[in-house]
Parts: sequence; C-alpha cells; structure tokens
Amino acid sequence: MAARQETVARVEEIDVDAYKYGFTTDIESEKAPKGLSEDIVRFISAKKNEPEWLTEWRLEAYRRWLTMEEPKWARVDYPPIDYQDLYYYSAPKSTPGPKSLDEVDPELLRTYEKLGIPLREQEALAGVEQRKVAVDAVFDSVSVATTFREELSKAGVIFCPISEAVREHPELVRKYLGSVVPVTDNFYATLNSAVFSDGSFVYIPPGVRCPMELSTYFRINEKNTGQFERTLIIADADSYVSYLEGCTAPKRDENQLHAAVVELVALDDAEIKYSTVQNWYPGDSEGKGGIYNFVTKRGDCRGKNSHISWTQVETGSAVTWKYPSCILRGDNSQGEFYSIAVSNGYQQVDSGTKMIHLGKNTKSRIISKGISAGNSQNTYRGQVSAHRKAEGARNFTNCDSLLIGDKCGAHTVPYLESKNASAVFEHEATTSKISEDQLFYCMQRGLSEEEATALIVNGFVRDVLQKLPMEFAVEAQKLIAVSLEGSVG
Amino acid sequence: MTVQAIDKKSEAETALAGAFEAMKGKGASALRQASWEFFARKGLPTRRVEAWHYTDLRASLRSVAPLGAPGAITLPPATDGRLRLVVADGAFRPELSDVAALPAGVELSSLADVLAKDDAAVLAALGLPENAGADAVVALNAALMQDGVVLRVAPATEVAKTIEILLLSTGGEARSSFTRSLVLVGDGAKARIVETSLALTPSGAQENHVLAFSIGAGAEVEHIADIGPQSESAIRLFSLLVTAQAKAVFKSLGFIEGGGLVRRQIFARLAGEEASVALDGVSLLGGKHHADTTLVVEHAAANCKSRERFRSVLDGQSTGVFQGKVVVRPGAQKTDGSMQSRALLLSENATMNNKPELEIFADDVVCGHGATCGRLDADQLFYLVARGLPKHEAEALLIEGFAGEIIEAIGEEAARDVYFERIRSWLANRGDGK
Repeated sequence: MAARQETVARVEEIDVDAYKYGFTTDIESEKAPKGLSEDIVRFISAKKNEPEWLTEWRLEAYRRWLTMEEPKWARVDYPPIDYQDLYYYSAPKSTPGPKSLDEVDPELLRTYEKLGIPLREQEALAGVEQRKVAVDAVFDSVSVATTFREELSKAGVIFCPISEAVREHPELVRKYLGSVVPVTDNFYATLNSAVFSDGSFVYIPPGVRCPMELSTYFRINEKNTGQFERTLIIADADSYVSYLEGCTAPKRDENQLHAAVVELVALDDAEIKYSTVQNWYPGDSEGKGGIYNFVTKRGDCRGKNSHISWTQVETGSAVTWKYPSCILRGDNSQGEFYSIAVSNGYQQVDSGTKMIHLGKNTKSRIISKGISAGNSQNTYRGQVSAHRKAEGARNFTNCDSLLIGDKCGAHTVPYLESKNASAVFEHEATTSKISEDQLFYCMQRGLSEEEATALIVNGFVRDVLQKLPMEFAVEAQKLIAVSLEGSVG
Repeated sequence: MTVQAIDKKSEAETALAGAFEAMKGKGASALRQASWEFFARKGLPTRRVEAWHYTDLRASLRSVAPLGAPGAITLPPATDGRLRLVVADGAFRPELSDVAALPAGVELSSLADVLAKDDAAVLAALGLPENAGADAVVALNAALMQDGVVLRVAPATEVAKTIEILLLSTGGEARSSFTRSLVLVGDGAKARIVETSLALTPSGAQENHVLAFSIGAGAEVEHIADIGPQSESAIRLFSLLVTAQAKAVFKSLGFIEGGGLVRRQIFARLAGEEASVALDGVSLLGGKHHADTTLVVEHAAANCKSRERFRSVLDGQSTGVFQGKVVVRPGAQKTDGSMQSRALLLSENATMNNKPELEIFADDVVCGHGATCGRLDADQLFYLVARGLPKHEAEALLIEGFAGEIIEAIGEEAARDVYFERIRSWLANRGDGK
C-alpha cells in the first residue's frame, strides 16, 4: 500500500498554492538590451564567441522570421506577444563559463538544491550502487554547470552546452544543426534559430550505450526574458541514450515566453529515449502569469532499425503548443510517443505528436492521456501519415481524456493520412469523466473524494508513467497529484 | 457593412459575383445579400480552412459553368413505392413530379415560389443554422439559390411512402446549379426522405445542394443521400443541415459512388434533450474520384445520443476524406457519442485521410471515436481463396461485407436490396484493382 499512502500524503501536504518552484533567485544578470534586431542577434552570437557561419545562419533565420506569421491554428487563446518587449539574452553575471562547480555562484547552487537537482557529483557510497544521472543546468540563457563530463567522455560520449559544442565540435554541429528542424520550419523554430541561447548537445559514438541517464534542467529566472534553448542529440550507429529534461520558473504576474527547439538524430540501429517532465509555472488560480511554452521537438529516425521514443509529462505552463514528432525515414524504424498532459486552473494545452512514415515497415505507437480540470482546455492534436513508399507501415494510436469538473474542455484532433494500401492505421479515442462507480468503490473503502480521485488518475496514466525512467516516474506521479489539487468538489 | 475584399479573387470567384448579380433580385434579398457578403469575405475554401483541409475547392473550381435551363428530359423509371419530386438542373419541375399523389398532411411548395412571396417562416428556417454559419459553401448556396422544394409535414403525420427528391443533371454542356430544399417535420411526425443525385449523361456539372431538416419534438426522420456516378470533371457539393428537437430521431445514410469531386457535409444540431442522430456512410471510389465527408454533430442539449459509422472503399487513384467532429456544448451532460470511420485501400495509389475530432465542454459524457485504415485482411482472403474462390471474388465478398454492414441498417427494405446490388455491380466493374 506504499503507493497509496504516498499519494494520500502528497495530497495532504499540499497547501492552497501548489506550485513549489515559484521562488526567484536574487542574482545579478547581464542582459542584452530589450527587443529584437539584427544587432541583438549579433550580440548573442558574439557573447558566445560563435564562428562566422553560425552568426550568418542566425541572421538568415532572423530575416526569414520577419516575414513569417504567428501560427493561429492551435486551440489556445492568449493576448498578442510583443516580441520587442522581451530580453533575448540574460545570463548570471558571476559565471563567465565556470570550469568546475566550485566556481559556480553559490546562490545558483542553492537554487538547484532547492529544486532538488543534484549538481554535486555524489561519490558512490561504498558498497551501494547508485544510479548516476549527468545533469546540464541551464539558467535563463546560459548553461551554468554540466556534471559527470569526465566519466562520460571516457565512454566517448559528448555531453556539453551547445554553445561549447559549437566551439569544440564544429563539424558535428554544422552537420546536424537544423537538419531535423529546418531554420524555416515554423514561426517559433525560426525565432529560436535566430536567438537560441543555450541547451544541451549530446553525441553518442557508434556502438556505445551511454553509461548513465543524461538530463538537462531548464530554469527561467529573470523577468521579461524569453528562454530559447536548443538541444541537439545525435545517436550514432548502434548506440543508445536516455535523456531527460525538466523545467521550472518563478511565479510572476507577467507571461514569459519559452520557445525551444529540440532535434534528435538516430542513425542505423540507434535508440534515443527522450523524456520530459515539464513543470513551468502555470499561472495563478485566476489565470494570471505563467509560461508560454511554444516548442518544436522532432526526431529523425534516419537510419534503418532506429528507434526514437518521446515520453512527456506536461503539468505546467499557461499555454502549451508542443508536438514532439518522429520522422520514420529508415526502414524498420520505430517511433513512440507517450504523453500525460494535465491541465488545471486556466491552463491551455494543445499538444500531441506527428508520426511521418517514410520508410518500409516503420512502426509507431501513440499513447496520450489528457486530464483536464478547473477552467482549463486540453487538446490532443496528432498526425499520422504514410507516404507512398511506406510499405507495411503500422500505427496504433490511443488517446484518452478525462474530465474533472464541468468548466473544462477536452478535445481530440487526430489527422490520419494514408497513401499506402499496405499501411495499417488504428486510432481510438475516448473521453469521459471519472466514473461514479469507481469513486464510490474507493470512497466506500475509506478514501476521501480527493484521495480516490488521485488514485484513479494515477491508474489512468499508468501506461505512460511506466515508460519514464524510474526516478522520474515517482516524481511525475507526485506532480500530477499536485497539479490536480483543488480540482475536486 | 463594408465588405473586405480578399486579396486576389480567382476567376471562379469573379464569375460567381456575376451569378450573384443575376440572382439577387429573386426574393429573400436580405438573406441573399448577407450570405453573399459573408462568402465574398471568405472566398472559396482552400486547404487553409481547417474544415476543408483535404479538399481544395478554390483550386478545383477553376471556372464557373453557366446557370442553365435544362432541355427535354426523359426520366428513368421510378423506384417502387416512392413519390418523386424532380429538381432538374436547379429548377423544380412539378409536371414531372408526383405532386398529386402526396398524402394528406404533406404540403409542398417550390422554393422559388416561397422566395418570391418572402414567406417569413420559411425564410427564418432558411437562415443559416448557427453551426453551419461559418461554411462558405452553405453561404454561397444561400446567396445563389435558384429553386428546390419546401415540404411541410404536419404534426403527428406518418408518411407511409418514401419521398424522393431527385436532383437531376441532364448533362451535355456543363451547368452550375444551386438548389436548396427544406423539410419541416412537425412534432411526432414520421417521414422518409431520399435525396438522389443522378446524371442522365455525365458532364462537368457544378452543383451546390443544400437540404435542411427541421425536426420537431418526438418526430422521426430517415434520410438517404444517394450520390450516384458522375463524370470526373464534375464538382458536387451537398450540405445537409439538421436541427433535432427533444426526443427527435434522425437517421441518415450517405451512399457515394464516385464522381470527380464530391463533398458531403453534415451539420447536425441536437437542440432538445434526448434527441438522437445516427449518421452512416458508404463511399465506393475508383479512378481519380475524390470524395470528402465532413460532419459536425453538435450536442447542445443534455441526454442526447449520436452515432456515426462510415466506410470507405478506395480503388484506383481515388482519395477519400472523412472529417468528423463531435462537439459537446457546456451543459450537454450525459451525452453519449461514438464515431467510427474505417477505410479499405484496394490499390497502391489510393489515399485516405481521416480526421475524427472530439470537442468537449461538459464533463459527464461518454464519447469515443475510432478510425482505421488498411487493406483487406490477408488471413481472411487466404481463407476464402483456400476454399476455392478466385481471388477477385474473395475480395468482392469481403468488401461487400465491409460496406454491407452499413446498408443493413436501412429501414426501407427495397432500398437495402438496391444498395447491395449497387455494391455488387461496382465490384464487378472495378476490374482487379490495377
């Protein structure tokens, strides 16, 4: 009964305002002037000592961005964003690229400690085998620390901030950057290409199984800043990596923009497992403040038998616009998408995936669980397509929505496009509320309504939670209970 | 009211403006004007309009065929037990219709007459229902409507015979037509209405038909839209608008047998408690046919039920589209909705696009949808072939079973046989899918 007690305990300890990570860190930062122009793009590029080709690449993206329009098709509603009223670069002043953790501002270290992110590389206790997780911590626009780098480099794995990769491994960055999400892909991706600051770069050499979980922790701290991180993960032939990202931000009355781009490349027989626990500040109970999370994530199964799996737990952000996708280019490649999206308060979520079947015998699986409560709107939007040559493509999609309360909305918008007779697509979706019978059964056994709801919700999302790395599954489960706090009764 | 001009009018849009000039004086001028202004603002739908994501009408309708008067007509024999109302190339033809045979309790007028009289009650019913209001094709129809039939079924009347509205295209030179028919079914009445689109000779006809049902409390209506073969250059648009009051029952089957571009759209609104709709469809496509079924079922009241079942069989280089949206409005508790779209691709070059949507704003609901797409099951095929059936026949048997499930739900017995026969002859003519 440990799980049950934990759920109960978790529900009990929550006070009215459940967002635990809403504190701010008082730290001096260096910012670029407000607004966006070619000069700002050059400024960011210069700050990072980037080579000429990348500066030009950014400028080209910027010029392109000026001609583009913000997408309006998602089921989300927010006031227009003034892109000139944002800071596009903000870095803690005290850390001009620390070499070791001892040089990192203690205030920053305390911040990550409070967030529960281990930046100290704990020495393994004698006799106790501890699972290690390497962390890259990104604070506003810069990476402040990356752990376990030495141990990783012994295995040949490169794990570093992307700005460093540009300098140290230009050949890899140049070859793969923008090869999955082209510069001109969409409004936010193009904006990101122009002003991206930090993010993680991962390269797993052929035949290597990454010895530990990799993880990046994103924190927005400064007011009026946007965070534009860029992550690039390359799994070379026959390699494996599991990567996790987490995100939080302080409570602020204003909305802040987060427009990231994540690119994954899996070559022959490689596997990438990408998990996200997204817990940006969702705004207060009146719907004031919160993060706009406009993210482009795409994986390219470039090689044969490659495998990319996205798992996401989305509980935060005021507005989410996010569709982690897989391009199944290599024959026999596989794409997976497991998602839990929880919305409460006035949150708006429009999320889902795309599975583009190009190669022969490609397979994809989509499991999406949406839970909406309060006054929130939760939309699943997904596309599955098979092209002419995608002989034997196979997809299974299941999206279930759970409604808690009568003021929220749950929507399902799947697109299934098949151009190949041998492709087999199956899609099923259901929407319902927690059944009275289930609630009655639990309550009759002594659980309060809230506890019973938490228990049923945990059961509802179990399929997806099981796909998360173990440590994070526990965290995610707690997070879901917290997010739904106050939604019953 | 200012009309905001769209950036660049296509040739067809300009021609339609000319057609509006010709039609705007023919009654219901306020409705026509408002609808035209709406259409002019929107323009012909393109893929950028979400509800037209898979059918680019602006690109397909390059030029507009003239509105034309039909020549002499030789009607095919009527189906037994049906009363026929003929609308040929956009004009109601009472002399060809079974007007005298209509039973008591059923009142018939032509739309053109009603419009000329500016009958307020009918005009109100013709006004765009809320949920179809955003559709440019329905608005275009209201602006340019030429004729059609207006049927009033008195409360508690049971109409024994099936009434068939025959939408006839005489063929020869390509013509445009815009018809609008209205069926007002009184409380507790029962009726069966068949809408048949028939081409006497294939032509590149451009047709825009609207059929609106207003179904009173407790009334029952069964409807069939029979969209027969037409030339590959034809463009036919069918909009079915349904409002169902409390405890009303509406059943509809769409049978689409090819033809260049067919778009069938249904806007059904469950306006009163315990109303139910069941929408079924079978599409048999080959060649370069493109058939799009798009429906919106709106649950606006509590305790309503909706069922949708669609089957598409795609051969040759055809394209099938199914877009279904179930909307549950706030307060429409205890909604029971289920939607299913299944497609069989028989050829390498056929395409199917499925978009089943749920949009739910009430919590105490049970809604689901399923969509599948694939080819004939190899095991089933093997089973039949192993028992000595030639491959082609085995395929035909499986396809007949796949589509036949829907046909079996038709209430009118004679019609069931007709459609089974149509499926069989389609299968016999399809060749071996090469």
